[in-house]
Amino acid sequence: MTQEFETDLISRLYRKIRLVRRMEEVVAEIYPSDKIKSPVHLSIGQEAVSVAFCDPLRRQDVVSMTYRGHAAFLAKGGSPRGMMAELYGKQDGVAHGIAGSMHLVDMENGILGASAVVGTSIPVAVGYAMAIKMRGEDRVVVCFLGDGATEEGVFPESLNFAALHALPILFVCENNGLAIHSPLANRWAQPDLCRRVEGYGVEAHRFEDMNTLVLRAWAEERITAIREGKAAGPVFAECPTYRWLQHVGPTDDHDQDYRDRAEAARWRAADEVERLGAALPAETRAEIDAAVEQTVADAVAFAEASPFPQPGRLNVGAYA
Amino acid sequence: MPETIAYKEALRLGIGRAMREDEDVFLFGLDVDDHLGIQGTTLGLKEEFGAKRVFGTPLSEDAMTGVAIGAAMAGMRPIHTHIRMDFLLLCMNQLVNIAAKAHYMFGGQVKVPMVARGIIGKSWGQGAQHSQGLHSLFMHIPGLRVVAPATPHDAMACMLAAVADDNPVVFVEHRLLYNRQGPVDASAAPSVIGKGRICGEGRDVTIVGISNMLHDALKAAALLKQAKISAEVIDPIWLSPLDIDLIVRSAEKTGRLIVADAAWTACGASAEIVAAVAERVPGTRVARIGFAPTPCPTTPSLEKAFYPDAVSICDAAMALVAPGAAAPPFAALADAMQQDPVFKGPF
Repeated sequence: MTQEFETDLISRLYRKIRLVRRMEEVVAEIYPSDKIKSPVHLSIGQEAVSVAFCDPLRRQDVVSMTYRGHAAFLAKGGSPRGMMAELYGKQDGVAHGIAGSMHLVDMENGILGASAVVGTSIPVAVGYAMAIKMRGEDRVVVCFLGDGATEEGVFPESLNFAALHALPILFVCENNGLAIHSPLANRWAQPDLCRRVEGYGVEAHRFEDMNTLVLRAWAEERITAIREGKAAGPVFAECPTYRWLQHVGPTDDHDQDYRDRAEAARWRAADEVERLGAALPAETRAEIDAAVEQTVADAVAFAEASPFPQPGRLNVGAYA
Repeated sequence: MPETIAYKEALRLGIGRAMREDEDVFLFGLDVDDHLGIQGTTLGLKEEFGAKRVFGTPLSEDAMTGVAIGAAMAGMRPIHTHIRMDFLLLCMNQLVNIAAKAHYMFGGQVKVPMVARGIIGKSWGQGAQHSQGLHSLFMHIPGLRVVAPATPHDAMACMLAAVADDNPVVFVEHRLLYNRQGPVDASAAPSVIGKGRICGEGRDVTIVGISNMLHDALKAAALLKQAKISAEVIDPIWLSPLDIDLIVRSAEKTGRLIVADAAWTACGASAEIVAAVAERVPGTRVARIGFAPTPCPTTPSLEKAFYPDAVSICDAAMALVAPGAAAPPFAALADAMQQDPVFKGPF
């Protein structure tokens, strides 16, 4: 890899991860004002996984994300304006305010709508991948899911079906170790998730830590191989990560003592936003930071200015 | 020219025509591609359309429903088949939380054109879990359509309409309808979504018969002539959207309404129809007829008591139209009539 290419890549990744971080930090700042009247599940601390796996994707490729989906939405090219207006419940949001944070969607940019019922979107992503294969297209689906979703029945059902039909899909588990407040030790009899996944005939890989460049390189190789027909899907990646803030809402909740503060400190010290930023020339980083601030401010201004949907809108669209 | 064929053949005709007319239509579900072909309703389709468009699945009803939804969001038109309606309970999360809501919740960005076929079982010991009529659960949910064709013609025409519609449609079939014969024009137009039909005009009482109960309602109307009662029989065909205007007009004329359903009455289609008519036509005298309020027993002696029939409808009509009057021997008269096609197991 040439130095220049590497700088381009890191710039691009940093631009994305910084955008996700700042959008969510600003959401958290706005939240107490009650302008955003819907639950937000912030991905602060976890952004690297979405950024890494979305980077090799084309616009027409598809991601399926969880209700903690701001990172995947933005990383896949979803509109910051559309997202912020959606969180505000405004007419110009991606779903005219009907979706809110938990059901973000942008089909133009290959972003399947998110579900607030854990695991529910997994088989939907598989069905989308099946349609791609039936039509002989070279698109690829990345299905993000949390560790909790692996406990839902549709997870093994979906793995089995995707493997049976060799579907072009990557399952990416963002394992933050918590289902709301419940740790893995309360939930998994057998902690080796990849072994379980391999039991369904799916190639599985567990990353030891969260390094954007490492994740991205692995993702690119698999995505390209599946796209070019050199390898069959599905594949599975387990990515350890850490939720800095509370399950839902804008604040740190380590004062509630249900999880280890030292662990939080370790993860914060390994912040991928900072690591990528520090790998760039200071001038480049400053330019990106300024541009991101402008994008975020523009998104907020857009959301503030957008009108609320009119009440007549209520009865529009229950049926297509 | 219409040909006389069985309901199950009409279903196959409808599926085949839908697949021929649109290459995005595919058919899947456990055993749709086996040698029995879901009681004949899918026989020959794999041979005609190939294994890519007609394929069996792992049981996994929950995930397979999600797969149908995802494929539909990508522009396909899946027909997902279940050999009993009871198995649709395993699909509830996907149908209710995603399929029904996607178009609205995602701001109109996606459509979910899919059909979920479920067959209500009855008789020959279907028991508690192969006999449920669960259509009202789906009627409750905005975003879903529910259709319950009762004749061979409607089986074909409703299948065409369900597949062509851009919404998820729960397609309610009934095992006892499968061998029922009727005229079907293979080139007939698709059913008009939300349109019911008056199957026999009358003055004194309106009888709405849902799914297989339509035929009990028609039989009851014939029997009631012995009591000089003129019954109007309505087949709603579509339960969601419901042709409530048609039923209201009839109830305005007769002042009496019986709804006979192949399901329980509590919170059921019969309850909904009766309530909707009561709101629009105050003073209508009403009765609901459905399963006994128990799980379905397997033994024939109790199974017979579990199900209402034409005689139950006649008794209800007498109570509404001529309370206290002596009733003709409906049961004996019914026994003397031509008997319905029967079902024999083991499937």
